[in-house]
Amino acid sequence: MTVTAAFFYLFATITIASGFMVIASRNPVQSVLFLILAFVNAAGLFLMMGAEFLAMILVIVYVGAVAVLFLFVVMMLDVDFAALRQGFLQYLPFGALIGIVLLIELIFVVSAYVIDPGLVRAPAVPIPAADVMTNTEALGQVLYTRYFYFFQAAGLILLVAMIGAIVLTLRERVGVRRQDISKQNARTQETAVEVRKVPFRQGI
Amino acid sequence: MVIGLGHYLTVAAVLFTLGVFGIFINRKNVIVILMSIELILLSVNINMVAFSTHLNDIVGQVFALLILTVAAAEAAIGLAILVVFFRNRGSIAVEDVNMMKG
Repeated sequence: MTVTAAFFYLFATITIASGFMVIASRNPVQSVLFLILAFVNAAGLFLMMGAEFLAMILVIVYVGAVAVLFLFVVMMLDVDFAALRQGFLQYLPFGALIGIVLLIELIFVVSAYVIDPGLVRAPAVPIPAADVMTNTEALGQVLYTRYFYFFQAAGLILLVAMIGAIVLTLRERVGVRRQDISKQNARTQETAVEVRKVPFRQGI
Repeated sequence: MVIGLGHYLTVAAVLFTLGVFGIFINRKNVIVILMSIELILLSVNINMVAFSTHLNDIVGQVFALLILTVAAAEAAIGLAILVVFFRNRGSIAVEDVNMMKG
């Protein structure tokens, strides 16, 4: 039990510390790297809660795709990030006030909540024991049957995101010589080649 | 010492607060604001999974998966808009985003 507690505090501390560094870091590249650290440690927390599939998805999707996308954009845009931090101290008191109020409220909720026993129902889909079925299998059995429409809606959202990102960033450049297959196929010998009679020994 | 629901909820609460705080103090930098939104969504996911474990109901994990999907789509679209905006204006400062003010 103490090992569990030790790992929980390790993951929780690193998650929160790197989350703080994400917003406080001077360099956006460092922010992205701390975001990756936060996600990896949150995946550790997920593992401790028994959600192995979500933990792996978090590492694959977030660290592998989203964070790399952030890194790509941060490095591609030629922005003076120092100028963007101009009002940092100006907004600090206001932000700190709101943050502290929010944190205190949330801590109150977390420390004082009581789940009404009358509201606790039997779980809609109980989690099977770990030796009966793996977490991935259990999740799949629910996701592809009972929540199949949600699954398809998620697929549609990803499709819309993909098409939207392509349409937004596609740039039609002028003056670029492109290969046009139909134009190439429509060429005939008459239109393409001109035969001239060149006088002998006189050149053109 | 038993690690229970309250511990995970506290971590999620602190992470959520950090995300909101990050939006306020990095008001000029859209990239950090997007990263703060990712932090907020991560904290919501921690809440979902914590309650899923606590109530022994796997539906919470299903919805955490859907939140993950929406967060990924949101990041992709947000960054695409950012790239287009930078191409048009040469800056990503939030106060320059006023073309629709009329």
